[in-house]
Amino acid sequence: MVEEGLRNELSRQNIFLTSIQELYNWGRRNSLWPLNFGLACCAIEMIAASMARFDIARFGAEVFRPSPRQADLMIVAGTVTKKMAPMVVRLYNQMPEPKYVIAMGACAISGGPFKRGYNVLKGIDRYIPVDVYIPGCPPRPEALLHGLITLQRKIAGERLTGPERPRHLRELEPSEYPIPAYGPYDLDPPKNTELWHPKPFVRDA
Amino acid sequence: MSRQTEGQQFASALGMGNASPEGPRGDSPVLPPPAGPLYEAKPKPGSARAAEGETLEVAVGPHHPSTHGVFRMDVVLDGERIISLKPRFGYLHRNHEKLCEGGTYLMAIPYTDRLDYFCSLTNNWAYVLAVEKLAGVEAPERAEYLRVITAELTRLLNHSCLVGFLLQDMGAMGTPLMYAFREREKLVDLFEELTGARMMCNYMRFGGCRTDASAGWLERTRRVVDDFPRFLDEFEDLLTSNEILLARTQGVGKLSAELAINAGVTGPMLRASGVAYDIRKAAPYGIYERFAFRVPVGEHGDVYDRYMIRMLEMRESVRILKQALKEIPEGPVLNPKARRRNFRPPVGEAYGRLEAPKGELGFYLISDGSPRPYRFRIRAPSFINLTILEDMCLGHTLQDAVIILGSVDIVMGEVDR
Amino acid sequence: MRDPEKSSELEETAPPGLPSFQEIRRILEERVEGLRLEFIPNPAAPDQSSFCVPTEFALETARILRDDPRFALDFCSNVTGVDWLDQTVEETILHRETTDEGERTIKEIVRRRRPGFLEAVYHLYSMRARRGPLVIRQRTANRIDRVRVASLTPIWRSAEFQEREVYDLFGVRFEGHPDLRRILMWDEFKDYPMRKDYVEPDDYEYEPTPQGEAAAKARRHYPYGGAR
Repeated sequence: MVEEGLRNELSRQNIFLTSIQELYNWGRRNSLWPLNFGLACCAIEMIAASMARFDIARFGAEVFRPSPRQADLMIVAGTVTKKMAPMVVRLYNQMPEPKYVIAMGACAISGGPFKRGYNVLKGIDRYIPVDVYIPGCPPRPEALLHGLITLQRKIAGERLTGPERPRHLRELEPSEYPIPAYGPYDLDPPKNTELWHPKPFVRDA
Repeated sequence: MSRQTEGQQFASALGMGNASPEGPRGDSPVLPPPAGPLYEAKPKPGSARAAEGETLEVAVGPHHPSTHGVFRMDVVLDGERIISLKPRFGYLHRNHEKLCEGGTYLMAIPYTDRLDYFCSLTNNWAYVLAVEKLAGVEAPERAEYLRVITAELTRLLNHSCLVGFLLQDMGAMGTPLMYAFREREKLVDLFEELTGARMMCNYMRFGGCRTDASAGWLERTRRVVDDFPRFLDEFEDLLTSNEILLARTQGVGKLSAELAINAGVTGPMLRASGVAYDIRKAAPYGIYERFAFRVPVGEHGDVYDRYMIRMLEMRESVRILKQALKEIPEGPVLNPKARRRNFRPPVGEAYGRLEAPKGELGFYLISDGSPRPYRFRIRAPSFINLTILEDMCLGHTLQDAVIILGSVDIVMGEVDR
Repeated sequence: MRDPEKSSELEETAPPGLPSFQEIRRILEERVEGLRLEFIPNPAAPDQSSFCVPTEFALETARILRDDPRFALDFCSNVTGVDWLDQTVEETILHRETTDEGERTIKEIVRRRRPGFLEAVYHLYSMRARRGPLVIRQRTANRIDRVRVASLTPIWRSAEFQEREVYDLFGVRFEGHPDLRRILMWDEFKDYPMRKDYVEPDDYEYEPTPQGEAAAKARRHYPYGGAR
C-alpha cells in the first residue's frame, strides 16, 4: 500500500495510483442501481429525490430498475405489511449479489407509527439484512441522499480478501433468505431468528 | 366482439390480411361497459377459447412499476384482450382503523396524514369535520379560510402529480413527472413553512388549525398561485393535443354515468362520466358557498376526459385560491372553547365527508362518551373507485388497463388503509 | 340514549332533504309488508339517526329507497361494520299509572344483559336530488354463529368491496354477495381483526417510552426491567 501523503503528491503530478480493491469499490459505489420499489409514503419522497430538485443522479443512483435481476440496491421505502413481507423477501432473493438494503423511514425500520398494527411487520430486518437505516416519517429527500452516501462509504470500506470481506465474497454465507409463509394468525415464522438479533434493551425497573 | 381464428390474428399482428375485422388501434371494436344487471353481463372465463386452455393468467403486481404502489391485479387474457380482472388488495393494509380506535381523538390526526399521502391536509380536514359534527364545535373564520387555502393547494399538488404519473404510465418517462414534481416542490415548501412538514402536515385541529399563517406565507402563496396557470399552460401545450396521448386515452376505459353512480364512484372520475356532483357544491362544507367556481364535467367518461377534468379543476382551484387569499380576515385560528386534551364528544355517531382530490372522503365515528372513538371508519374514495376497474378494463389490452388504473388515481395508503 | 320520550322527539327530525324519520318509517312500512323498522336515535347528530332494518326485508327496503322518487337514494356512500360486545344496558321504561291525584308517569330503570351483535351500517345519499345521508343498519343475531345479514350489493354496486371488507375484518356474512372472499388479509387468515375482542400476535418487543398496555407487554418480554 502506498502512503496517503505520497499518493496526494503523485496525484498532483498527474500520476494516479490505486489498488484493485479501491478501483472495484469505487466503480461499484458510484453506480448503485436501486430497485424501483415503492411501498408507501416514503416512496413519494424517494421519487422526489430522483427528480430535478434533489437529483439522485449526482450520486450515480438514478437508474431505477423495475426488475430485481438488474438492481443491486433495495430501498425499502415504506411500511412492510405482513401480507407484503413474503414478496419483499422474494424480491431480495431475486437480486444478484452484491446487494444492499436501505430501510427508509420509521415503518421499514420498526413499524413506525403503525407498530401496533396487526398486519404490520415490525421492521424488515426481521427477514433480510439491512445495511443503512434512515429514520424519519417520511425522511426528507436529503436524508435519503445522506443514507445513500453512507452506504457508498460502507462499500468503499469493503475488503476483497481476508476474514473481514463482505458477505457476497464468502462462499458459505447465504445470499437468499427463507420466505415466510402466510399462517392462520401471523406469518410463519414471525421472524428469522438466525438473522435478527435485536440489541438488548435496558430499561429501568 | 367477433371471434377470430388464430391465423387471422397472427396475420393482423403482422400488419397483413386487411380482411381482418380488427383494424389498427383506435377503431378496434371495444366491448361496451356491461349494461343491465351488473353481474350477469361480465364475460366469464368459460369462453370457447378458455375451454381450450388458451387464456393466459397474469398477476400484475404487487411489485410492478405501473401499479402505483403495492396493488395487484389478477388478469386473464384471451390473446391480447382482458376477459377478467380481479383487483387484490391488502398489501398496504396498515390497520388505521384499529389503531385509531386504540388512541384518543387527537391521536388519530397524524394517522389521517398517512392515508392518502399526497393529500394530508384534506384528510385532516375530513376527519376534523366529522369530529366537529359529532361534538358540535365550530372553527373561527380565519381557520376556515386557511382550510380552504390548504385544501385547494393540496388539490393542485395531487392533480399535477397524478397527471405526471399518468403520463409515466403511458411511457412518457420522466418529463411530465419532472414538471409536476417541480410544482410539487413549490407547494410542499409552502406546507413545510406553515406546518413544519413536507408531506405529513398534521395541521388541523377540532375547532381550527394548529398554527397561524404569517403575512409572508400568504404573500408567497399568492406568488405560487399566480404562477400556477403558467405551469398549467405549459403542461397543456405539452400534453392536451399531443397525438400519442389522444390515441392512448380517447375511447379507452369508458364508464357510463349510471354505473358510476351505482358503483359509488366519486370525484373527478364521476364528473368525467358526466355527473355534475361535487360535494363542495352539492352539500357545501366549510365556507365553500362564498366562492365562485365552476365544476367541470366530462361527456365521454374515458381516460382523456379524466385527464382533462383534472386540468380544468386545477384552474378552478386557482380561482378559489385567489378569492380566498384576497378575502382572508385577521383573527384567531383556533376556537378557544374546543378542548383537545381529554376531549370527550357526546354519545352518538357522525359521518363527515368532503370533496378530497380523489373523491368523497368520509369519516364515520361512533362515540361511546369515552376519550377514544368506539368505531373509526374511513370511507376511502380511491378504494371504492376501484370497484368498477374490471368493468372499465374488459375488452381492452393490458397496456390500456395500466393507464385506466392510472386515471382512477389511487394511492395505496388510502385503498388498503 | 334510551329515553323513549327523547327518542320519539328525535324521530321528528329529518335527514337533510328527506322527509322526517316518522314519515320515512310510515312510507316504508306501508310499502313492505310485515316490515317493522327500529329507530336508532343519534343524539349527537340528530339528522344522522338511523333505522335498523330486519335482514329478511333489507333487500326489498333498499330497492324502495333507491327507486322510489320520494327517496331516490342512488348512491351508497359508505358501508361499514360495527362490533358490539355483550353489555349490560340500562333502560328507562315509562309506566302510566292512574292514582287518586290523576294520571302520572313513573320511570323505571331496568338493567338487562344485551347479547353482543355485529352491525352493518349503510350511508345512503342521492346524487341526482342531492340529499342524504339516510343511515340504515342491519344487525346479526349474535357474534358467533348467526352472523348473516343480507347483501345490498345487488342494489348498490358500491357495496361490493366494502361488504367484502366488513366480512374480512368483522366476520359478517353477506347473503347474496357475488364474491364474498377476504379482501385485505390473506386468504389463510383465520381471525377477524377489527372485532373488539381480537387478540393481536405478540410480536413487538419494545417501545422507547412504553405506556399503559405497551409497558405491561414490555415487562412480559423483559421481566427484569431490561436485559441483565
